[in-house]
Amino acid sequence: MDNVISLKGINKIYGSEIKTQVLTDVNLDIQDQSFTSIIGASGSGKSTLLNIIGTLDRPTSGSVAINGTQTTRMTKSALARLRNETIGFVFQFHYLLPEFTALENVLMPARIRDGRVTAEAMGRAGELMRLMGLERVQNNNAAKMSGGQQQRTSIARALINNPRIVLADEPTGNLDSDSTEVVYDILRDINERFKTTFLIITHDRRIAQKADRIIEIKDGRIFLDLPNQLAKGPEEQSA
Amino acid sequence: MKTAFKIAWRFLTASKGQSLLIAIGIAVGVSVQVFIGSLISGLQVELVDSAIGRNTQLTVTARDRGDFVEDYQSVAASLEGAGLGVKLVSPVLDASGFLRVGQDDYPILLRGFASRNADGIYRLTEALVSGGALPGEGQVVLGLNLAQEAGISEMDTVTLATPRGSTRDVSVSGIYDLKTAALNSRWVLADIALVQAAFGYGDVASAIEMQAEDPFLADEIALKMGGILPENLKVDNWKAQNEQLLSGLNGQSVSSLMIQVFVLVSVVLAIASVLAISVMQKSKQLGILKAMGIRDGAASLIFLVEGFLLGIAGAILGVALGLGLTYAFTRFALNPDGTPVIALLVDPQFIIISALVAVASATLASLIPARRSARLDPMEVIKNG
Repeated sequence: MDNVISLKGINKIYGSEIKTQVLTDVNLDIQDQSFTSIIGASGSGKSTLLNIIGTLDRPTSGSVAINGTQTTRMTKSALARLRNETIGFVFQFHYLLPEFTALENVLMPARIRDGRVTAEAMGRAGELMRLMGLERVQNNNAAKMSGGQQQRTSIARALINNPRIVLADEPTGNLDSDSTEVVYDILRDINERFKTTFLIITHDRRIAQKADRIIEIKDGRIFLDLPNQLAKGPEEQSA
Repeated sequence: MKTAFKIAWRFLTASKGQSLLIAIGIAVGVSVQVFIGSLISGLQVELVDSAIGRNTQLTVTARDRGDFVEDYQSVAASLEGAGLGVKLVSPVLDASGFLRVGQDDYPILLRGFASRNADGIYRLTEALVSGGALPGEGQVVLGLNLAQEAGISEMDTVTLATPRGSTRDVSVSGIYDLKTAALNSRWVLADIALVQAAFGYGDVASAIEMQAEDPFLADEIALKMGGILPENLKVDNWKAQNEQLLSGLNGQSVSSLMIQVFVLVSVVLAIASVLAISVMQKSKQLGILKAMGIRDGAASLIFLVEGFLLGIAGAILGVALGLGLTYAFTRFALNPDGTPVIALLVDPQFIIISALVAVASATLASLIPARRSARLDPMEVIKNG
C-alpha cells in the first residue's frame, strides 16, 4: 500500500544562540490505512515529530510529504487547507472551543472548509456523535461535559472532514483507564471502518500494543520500529 | 466570512459582560460627541442668528460715496429673479437728520424702507414694544431708547428736521426694541416716500439690503452679484465686514472638532486594547482553529467583525445616550424665564456621521488585534497546553 506520510532526513533545531537539536535525521514512512503508535520518554522529540508531520511546525531541514505532496514549499494558507481536509488532530487536552456546543465543535472543521454547515456534514456529525456515544450531550456546551466526553468530542471533530490521516498526541493522557480503553477501541474501530490512517503518541505501553506498528523515539532518533507481533512478544513473556 | 462572523458573534455573546463593557465604552464616546456636537452647533446657530440673522447680509450701494441707487426697484427685482440664493430684498433710503421735540434736537438716522421685506430682515414686528409694524404714510417708528430719552410715546406727533433746515411733522405709530442701544437711540423708521419727500430726494434709494439663503455663502453670492450689477453699483457682504465674528465661529468649530477627535482617539485606543486582551484570552481557541485549518485571513477577520459589531452596538447605544443627554440638557438647564440656556441643534446628518465614524474606528481599532490573531502560531498554544 502507498505511503501517506513520508519523512526524509528531518532535523529540528530550536533556538538560535543556544541550539537544541530535538530531532536528528529522522526518516519515516507511514502506510495508508495503518495504525501506528509512537512511544518514547518525555522530551524525546515525539510531539515535535507529530507537529512536523501535521504541518503545524516546520523542520529545520528535511522534507515532509503528505499524501504524496511536498509540504516544504507550501504557503501558510495552502498548509491550512491541507490540515483542514487531510489531517485530523487529537491532542492531549481536548481543545474544544468552550463558546460552542459539542455538535458545533464537531462541525467546526467542516464549517471552515465549506464556509457553512452542509446537510452532508450535519449527517456525518450525527453519525460520529452516535459512534462516540455522545448523541445525548451533543447540544451541551463543550465546557460542561466530562473529560471522556470532551475527548470523544474532539475525536469526532478530528474525523468530521473524513481525513486520510489522524494525528493524536496522547489522546488519553488525561483520562482514567476505563475511558482510555473506550477511546482506543473507538479509534481502532474508526481505523477499520473509515480506513483512516492513525498515528498516535502514547505513554501507555498497553495501549501501544493495540497498534499495527510501534515506533520508539529516543533522543530525537528512531530507536525502535517494530511491527505489532514483535512488540507484543516481551510483554506476553513478562505476563 | 460567514464562519468568521459566526465565531466572532459567539466569542462576543459568550463573554457578555466584557462585550457590554466595550460597547458602553464606545457608547459614552459617541454620546459625548453627539452632545458636544449638538451643543456647539446650537451655540453657533444662536450666535450667528443674533449677530447677523437680524441684519442685512448683502448690501448693494452706489460705487461713489454719496451717490444713490437710481433705478432701485428694477435692480431689486433683477436681484430677486437672478437665482443667486438671496431673500428679503429690500431697498432703503437712509438720511441723517434730527428729531425735534420741543426745544431739543436728537440726531437720528432716518431709514425709509420700500418694501415689507425690511420687516423680515430686521424682524421689526417681533421687536415692536407698542404699535403696528411698518409705519404708514406720514408715520415713523422710534427706538425704545430714543422714545424714553425724549419722552415720546405712541401716537405723539414729532418733527423731523433735515440738516438743510426743512421740517416735517409726523406721527409716531410704534416703538421698537432691537436690543441694541445704538440702534434704539438712533434709528427712526419710515416709508421710503416720506424720506424722499422730507429730504428733497427724487425716487432714489441709498442701498438695497438683503439676506442670503445660506448666510455663510454671502461672500460667494456677493462675487456672483458683482457680475450682474450695473457698473455704478457695488455689493458688500457681512463676512467681509465681520472678520472677528467669523474667526470666533471658526475657533469654536475647531475646538469642537478637537474635542471630538480626542474623544475618538480615546475610544479607538480603548477598543484596540480591550480587543488585544481578547486575542490573548482567545489564543487557545485561535490556535486550535488554525490547527483545524482556519486561514490567517479568516482568523483576523474574526476580530475585525468583533470590532465592527461592537462599533455598531456602541454607536446605537451612544446615539440614544447622546440624544437623551441633549434632551435632559434642554429640559433641565434653563434660564429663569424657562427657555433652555442653549438651544441645542440636533442635526441628523451629524449624528449619522458620528455613528458611522464610531463604527469605522471600532473596526479600525480591531486591526491591531486582528494582525496579532493572524500572526499567532498554533504551535505556541499546543506546546504550552
